[in-house]
Amino acid sequence: MELLINGQVRRLDVDPQMPLLWAIRENLGLTGTKFGCGVAQCGACTVHVDGKAVRSCVTPVASVAGKAVTTIEGLGSDAGLHPLQQAWIEQQVPQCGYCQSGQLMSAAALLMENPAPDDAAIDAAMRGNLCRCGMYGRIRRAIRQAAGRSTEAPASEPAVGVYEPRREKRHG
Amino acid sequence: MGKWTRRGLITAGVLAGGVFAVGVAIRPGRRQGELAPLVAGEGEAMVNDWVLIGPDNVVTAVIPHSEMGQGVHTALTQMLADELDADWSMVRIREAPAEDAYANYALGRGYILGDTRVPKSLDPTIDGLFLQVGKAMHLQITGGSNSVRNTGRVGMRVAGAAARQMLREAAAEAWGVPVQDVVAAAGRLLHPATGREATYGQFAPAAGARRPPVQPTLKRVDEFRIMGTSVPRRDIPAKVDGSARFGIDAVVEGMKYAAVVNAPVFGAVLTSVDADEVSRRPGVHAVVTLKDAVAVVADGWWQAQQAVASLRPQWSATEADSRSSEALYKQFDASMAQALEDGREERDEQVGDARGVLANAARVVEATYRVPFLAHACMEPMNATVALSDGACEVWLGSQNPLGTKHDVAAALGIAPETVRVHNHYMGGGFGRRSQNDVAIQAALIAREAGVPVKLIWSREEDIRHDHYRPAVTSRFRAGIAADGRILAWENQFVDKHEPVEAPLIPYAVANRFVHFTSSPTHVPFGPWRSVDHSQHGFFTEAFFDEVAAAVGRDPYELRRELLADKPRHLAVLDLAAGKAGWTRPREPGHGRGIALQQSFGSIVATVAEVAMVNNRPRVERVVCAVDAGYAVTPDGLSAQMESGILYGLTAALYGEISIDNGAVLQSNFHDYRVVRMDEAPVIEVHILNSGAPMGGGGEPGTPGIAPAVANAIFDATGHRIRELPISRHDFDYRVEEREA
Repeated sequence: MELLINGQVRRLDVDPQMPLLWAIRENLGLTGTKFGCGVAQCGACTVHVDGKAVRSCVTPVASVAGKAVTTIEGLGSDAGLHPLQQAWIEQQVPQCGYCQSGQLMSAAALLMENPAPDDAAIDAAMRGNLCRCGMYGRIRRAIRQAAGRSTEAPASEPAVGVYEPRREKRHG
Repeated sequence: MGKWTRRGLITAGVLAGGVFAVGVAIRPGRRQGELAPLVAGEGEAMVNDWVLIGPDNVVTAVIPHSEMGQGVHTALTQMLADELDADWSMVRIREAPAEDAYANYALGRGYILGDTRVPKSLDPTIDGLFLQVGKAMHLQITGGSNSVRNTGRVGMRVAGAAARQMLREAAAEAWGVPVQDVVAAAGRLLHPATGREATYGQFAPAAGARRPPVQPTLKRVDEFRIMGTSVPRRDIPAKVDGSARFGIDAVVEGMKYAAVVNAPVFGAVLTSVDADEVSRRPGVHAVVTLKDAVAVVADGWWQAQQAVASLRPQWSATEADSRSSEALYKQFDASMAQALEDGREERDEQVGDARGVLANAARVVEATYRVPFLAHACMEPMNATVALSDGACEVWLGSQNPLGTKHDVAAALGIAPETVRVHNHYMGGGFGRRSQNDVAIQAALIAREAGVPVKLIWSREEDIRHDHYRPAVTSRFRAGIAADGRILAWENQFVDKHEPVEAPLIPYAVANRFVHFTSSPTHVPFGPWRSVDHSQHGFFTEAFFDEVAAAVGRDPYELRRELLADKPRHLAVLDLAAGKAGWTRPREPGHGRGIALQQSFGSIVATVAEVAMVNNRPRVERVVCAVDAGYAVTPDGLSAQMESGILYGLTAALYGEISIDNGAVLQSNFHDYRVVRMDEAPVIEVHILNSGAPMGGGGEPGTPGIAPAVANAIFDATGHRIRELPISRHDFDYRVEEREA
């Protein structure tokens, strides 16, 4: 079968029931899309099919024939990073980074549908994407930034604490 | 910030001369010959083992720790670059290869000197020789929040300072001027009087030939230029465009994919499996039987997984086949009762005469707490890729313990460790899980049997059901109260002690304390889980303290303050969190506020949680955290670690539960091992205090405080005391009542 992925037509000779995720990762060599749960519970495998966020781990590859698939590798353009990717860097969002391809793809689909989401819309669109590093606050901030909304001030500068070595030693 | 001490040098010398041979930062140059081929590229000179300076003036920091999102590569490089006075824009980062010479010096030294304990829970990851000084110690572990506070403090900074001094000496000699007149700044050497100038790179070879300084002087805090600034993390750009390579992304020529089913009950072995039908499927390369697992190797992972899932393997019966979580808790109770009867408690802390005081106290407050097993559930499922060829083995994975991987894989295959090469990758979460080498060993055994390079990926179900779990623990308390409400005695008995040793100890000034434990082993494998024993004891001690405060009618924050009068550092952290959270502001009906304080891994963290009861369920709305890690090398990075640790702990507090049923784990994936999602994530505020105390860790200390803070907030809102996690197990049948004014 043929697959239109990131603007290119690619030929695939695989079981039509194979989930899109594995075709993308193993057969097309695009490893930015991640395996997390296999049952559409975590969102790490999120890609766009005709502009909608789809969990590729439960999407048979045959079902996307003739449709446009976009992965994280195709999110930016020749002009550079997608505004969300830029905001992700500015807000220093990723920690381990494993879930972030899926997070970005879900966020990009949200902004295509709703260019100015409020926090409730952000939460609703993003609740399917798990982050074990717990970077939800930063993800929210980055989406607000990419949507042109103001972001709250980052964390306060460190203050000076108290340390009296001799006193500390008295009670271990 | 002081000088490298003579004591440290002597110790390092012994280490560098002995089997440890890891004091690379301390005796730079000593192992140059051996290490040079491993890390030195074309035209590079090794100034010392953790820093390379090229002729193009590019400085490369060689980091002996793994990156799992904690920002360690960036923070350690900041420490090195600051002492070196490098040009930050010219600094590159490289992870040290898994070679013995890079064994984690700080952990090793700490073990010898007794100021850092090697976590006992890591024993099985190395081998039986692990704790025997003088034998091979294959330590390159990233864990215990150790990187900055040990490797950074005694390694990277010293390495940077030593390199800077050697460069200055080399320039001074070449220019015929006194060394004190040579200025080093931003990657350049200057002699202002004559206007001479050179890059570090120009003098790198000459500096590398010099004898390293005995006591490189480290900068004072007011001299820091790069430390203390929130430089952007170096690993982030690759993590937003899909180009970051995790272990699961490794591609090796000719590789096949393996999926596995492990024996459901820990300890069971494979007795038989009929593989005929599966073996004949197109694309299936091999069915591999292992002692306690069966694997299918196929052209693609999905094929392999489908095939292995259709097998009907038979497993041996074990003594644990009928065991359940409830039976294990009963076993804990029995072990504890037995220990009391026999007087065989193992003592953690004994101050004063807690039992005597309790026997005569006006009041005794008692409670029993418990927590379940927990899986790590890293976002990246467990995986390893192994290729074997004549006399060589290569492993691709993300590991917190790559050197351990090398040695354990070698041992499993019966080959020499020198023939195993580990390619470490970014980790899609570690949290302690990736300090274990079970998956790499399994991949190696499968690759050997299959006769092809193999990428083994565990399904999420295997990941949840075959973890090395945070142990289930029961903890009992008795507090003795005087007639006037003073807390006179604190007794705590619990099962299953691991590391860190101080995790169950309270910081409060209670005159009589007796903390003791009883071992009560189970068949469930355990391992370090973010913050290790602090994760349970932080909950136990801080929630019970709250109970005691309520019993004597005191505000839990005020009572903590009173009993920390002698600990100004703790008090400052507690006050900052309470102040920023608005502790004294009135709460709405159905809302509650809880506070907790925990010192762990050298850092002190106070956590205030605000909870609202919505439809009889607690919703955590806001968390305010104050942290004193001595000095924040990367303030935004420390803040991110606190945010992360809090969310990790919140998931555990609200939902985390691995239950044992018929000897096996009941949960299997994110639908029944729930993780906090974005719409449940509270607003988190982090406030940092730089006290100047020795640097503490960042990766773990955020985790212990959130469970007790939330439990205490729920009590504040509802009067319902949470003594057992997860909170989702509790029913809240309460009515909102107007508070008394």
